[in-house]
Amino acid sequence: MRAPVSDLPLVFSKACVNLGATPLLRDIDLVIAPGAPSLVIGPNGAGKSTLLRLAMGLLAPTSGTVTWGGSRDPAPRRRAILFQRPVMLRRSAQGNVAYALLQAGCARADVVGRAHHLLERVGLAALAHRPARHLSGGEQQRLALARALARDPEILLLDEPTANLDPAATRAVEAIIGEAAASGIKILMTSHDLGQVRRLAGEVHFLVAGRLRESASAAAFFDHPQSPLAQAFLRGDIVAEA
Amino acid sequence: MRQIFKTAALLLTLCAAQLGVTQGACAQEKFITIASTTSTQDSGLFGYLLPLFKAKTGIDVKVIAQGTGQALDTARRGDADVVFVHAKAAEEKFLAEGFAQKRFDVMYNDFVLIGPANDPAGIKGSKDIVAALKKIQGQGAAFVSRGDKSGTHLAELALWQDAAIDVSANKGAWYREIGQGMGAALNTAKAMGAYVLADRATWISFKNKDGSMIAVEGDKRLFNQYGVMLVNPARHPSVKADLGQSFVDYVISPEGQKVIAGYQIEGQQLFFPNAGK
Amino acid sequence: MQEGLGAWQLVVSGDPGLYGIVGLSLAISLSAVALAALVGLPLGGLLALTRFPGRGAVIVLANALMGLPPVVVGLVVYLLLSRSGPLGSFGLLFTPTAMVIAQAILITPIIAALTRQTVEDLWLEYRDEMNAMGVSPLGRLATLLYDARVSLITTLLAGFGRAAAEVGAVMIVGGNIDGFTRTMTTAIALETSKGDLPLAMGLGFVLVSIVLAVNASAWGLRLFAQKRIG
Repeated sequence: MRAPVSDLPLVFSKACVNLGATPLLRDIDLVIAPGAPSLVIGPNGAGKSTLLRLAMGLLAPTSGTVTWGGSRDPAPRRRAILFQRPVMLRRSAQGNVAYALLQAGCARADVVGRAHHLLERVGLAALAHRPARHLSGGEQQRLALARALARDPEILLLDEPTANLDPAATRAVEAIIGEAAASGIKILMTSHDLGQVRRLAGEVHFLVAGRLRESASAAAFFDHPQSPLAQAFLRGDIVAEA
Repeated sequence: MRQIFKTAALLLTLCAAQLGVTQGACAQEKFITIASTTSTQDSGLFGYLLPLFKAKTGIDVKVIAQGTGQALDTARRGDADVVFVHAKAAEEKFLAEGFAQKRFDVMYNDFVLIGPANDPAGIKGSKDIVAALKKIQGQGAAFVSRGDKSGTHLAELALWQDAAIDVSANKGAWYREIGQGMGAALNTAKAMGAYVLADRATWISFKNKDGSMIAVEGDKRLFNQYGVMLVNPARHPSVKADLGQSFVDYVISPEGQKVIAGYQIEGQQLFFPNAGK
Repeated sequence: MQEGLGAWQLVVSGDPGLYGIVGLSLAISLSAVALAALVGLPLGGLLALTRFPGRGAVIVLANALMGLPPVVVGLVVYLLLSRSGPLGSFGLLFTPTAMVIAQAILITPIIAALTRQTVEDLWLEYRDEMNAMGVSPLGRLATLLYDARVSLITTLLAGFGRAAAEVGAVMIVGGNIDGFTRTMTTAIALETSKGDLPLAMGLGFVLVSIVLAVNASAWGLRLFAQKRIG
């Protein structure tokens, strides 16, 4: 179906992103390898979404490099992204998934079957023929997850996937993410919900004002944050770089 | 994606089908195109004459009704097989240029000067068109001109010349050129309370006459001759010479001439055949 | 309502001449819309998605051509199709095909310009998702045109409205030949010039009713589509 290429490991080296004269990300050195979910946390405006867009290849670094499985070609192969506000194509739920499948190179004959399977996986099989834009926020998020999973990703990038959802919808989305992680998909996700980070994270990357301040296993980060900024963040103080 | 192509294919098919439908009418084998004047069409003469012609010969006739000048230009470009117009000087120029080989008189009627019922120039009942035009100019009464190089327009200009009046100096004042067909000129003149020169056939069949009347008629200088010509196939090979010639032959034949004489509206004869006279 | 009486009598009595004219008007304008859509939709989409030097000028040109005077289009097509013109050998002048061509030329800029705007707006919304899915340039064009289909119905209607209403171009290239190239608008012009204002007015009512009916069905289609696809 596709060339046996890999998007992992995802390696940032000295990656900087500037918007005009304003630096959004500075000197990011980060290696994302297969394993438990990696969560990027930090205050608003820290550059979390920019980091994910860079990781997806939607953005080119101003300086430094980003590589996927050793290649600098940003064309997405085995990776997918879920935006904070995913855009629903003007088609049915099934049509959305089918579209993603076709773009990922799925054979036409398999599309309907696989779309159905993916919709079942996110609990939307009953709504397959509903217009996607008529779904609720939580359902749209799950549909976007199904669309992302349709790419059969090695790595799934998730930008605040539950930021706008109620607790029930949040649980449903977290469950799908957990299953995806358990099935071997590498998760790289941003969140500002520390409870969610505790529930999902294998490792944590702490980002403040475009700089990576701390990277550690989740347990180590929550128990023994190294930097004063991280300690303040975990206490719930307002964190800003001096 | 598949739907996109389906939609496109649907549109294509629709389009092709429509064109097929519209072209179906074109597939009729025997037809000719005649460039003629608005007066012959608007007066209803063609509506009366052409079905009889078709019944006799099986030839369909498509009439493009234009001003005489435009009709002759259409034929010059090779877009008509026959011209049937009324401006002898312009027709003879067309002949001289070699666009036709022979011209035949077919019929005549006459021009009439139409004016508002209140007759501001005081010319009602006059039989002297030149005197009437002089009065119109003298009073500064409004006059609407076709201004479209039609046969009627050319005839009107010749009459002003007879009256030794330079209308080009009065454009925009009382002399108003509208650059439109006979019917439009009649409508405009009525709305403006102006005088206008019209061919009698169009006037009789015109339906918006209230408040207008014939001010001047019966002057010999108001004579209006129609002629017919086959476009020279040597100049335009696309001309259907045989079919076109049948039409020319028909309208100047005793039978065609009788048909023309027989066309009446409200008991009035509109055209007077005079072929070969 | 004295005005429309003559024409309504023709409608009610099923006058074949009138139905022929109505049918021809619809066939010509719909064909022109189909033809213009085949060119204008992809063209507008391409303009929305590509960046090249002079793109701004092309967009301004397309927008300006929306106001193209029908008589100018008619004249150009006339000169092209005339026996003395470069395409004269096809013998298309004074045929319905010539009228379709003229109207299609008239409305292609409208469809292209409006499509560009619609597709460009949708592209802003879809860009990230489509880039993330690695959609090819051609795929983008097709997807955006398809997903904008509800809005594009209105675009096609704008084109149809202009085509059905214009008289200048069809008069020149069609010649207003009775039973062959006479449409609603040229018939109205003719009846007006013959001074039969009531009949002209009535035909005008009929034309407006037809345009209204076409728009109403398109509106219904739009509502239905919106309900189905959101």
